[in-house]
Amino acid sequence: MMEFNNSIPIYLQIIDSIKQDIVVGKLKAGQKMPSVRELAETLKVNPNTMQRAYQELDREKITFTKRGMGTYLTEEEKTISSLKEEISQKIILDFVEGMNKLGFSNKEMINTLKEYL
Amino acid sequence: MEQILKATQLSKYFYQKKALDKVDLSIEKGKIYGILGPNGGGKSTFLKIAAGLLKPSQGEITIDNEKPGTYTKSIVSYLPEINYLYKWMKIKDAVNFFKDLYADFNAEKARESLKFMELEEEEKVTTLSKGMMGRLKLTLALSRKSKVYLLDEPLNGIDPISREKIITSILDSYSEEASILISSHLIYYIEKLLDYVFFLSEGRIILSGDAEELRNKRGMSIDKLFQEVF
Repeated sequence: MMEFNNSIPIYLQIIDSIKQDIVVGKLKAGQKMPSVRELAETLKVNPNTMQRAYQELDREKITFTKRGMGTYLTEEEKTISSLKEEISQKIILDFVEGMNKLGFSNKEMINTLKEYL
Repeated sequence: MEQILKATQLSKYFYQKKALDKVDLSIEKGKIYGILGPNGGGKSTFLKIAAGLLKPSQGEITIDNEKPGTYTKSIVSYLPEINYLYKWMKIKDAVNFFKDLYADFNAEKARESLKFMELEEEEKVTTLSKGMMGRLKLTLALSRKSKVYLLDEPLNGIDPISREKIITSILDSYSEEASILISSHLIYYIEKLLDYVFFLSEGRIILSGDAEELRNKRGMSIDKLFQEVF
């Protein structure tokens, strides 16, 4: 069961979680996605919110809709690998921003990271 | 988008007290709305007027372009906060009662829903716990095929398991053809269900908007926003 942070638009969180599932292989290229209704009920969210998440994924070409058949994940390897890139960039950005706020210089940041690893 | 319910400058006074003060509110087809606010803010009064149980003092409300009356009652399913079932009834009597009362009541759907809600048809309504009563009332309200569902505090005093079941059934009943208006002061539990929210306080709408846009603009949950506003 997905835990939402209600202070961020829910459709964005659904999109992120689906992208994450694609990158880690929990969702497979070309597979059929649950219907808007099904997923809305599983996640206990408003069906219009769910619809909005699907529309956005369609727009980003991560999914595509076969008329009357439902929504499918893309089979494009390129799209999937760029997703991995996108997510990792976001994690790095969050990290750097957070460290900057704490007053770390770039050098200090790298050193801390090295130590940790 | 098609408007199914529209209130214009709607006011209701009880003697000197203003329960509703010039409320403008409209509801589109296929969306779930929350009417949120502290107790005594006017939520129940609004729903009662929409359900045709109270007359407005001033202003107007229309549902499917008609003022509350016989026609609107035939397309509006109202879940009141109070217990309205007779003491002698078993659950199955309550189902039959609804079947007799409303042409759009789907007894088949009601029976399925009772199973999901883990309610026995032979059980007497007087022996039900508060959570079970909440589940029964919701089953009855959602088993009608209505254009508008008015749910007054469906989660008030409800235990967590019943709460989960109630939320699932509301989602299950969602249809592009119908609109749902839920009043609640327990925002945390229902905010993910809502397309649009109205904050009602002392009879006035003090804030309204698309739930996702409000989260985006204010950077906080509807629940938090609510606490901030009040």
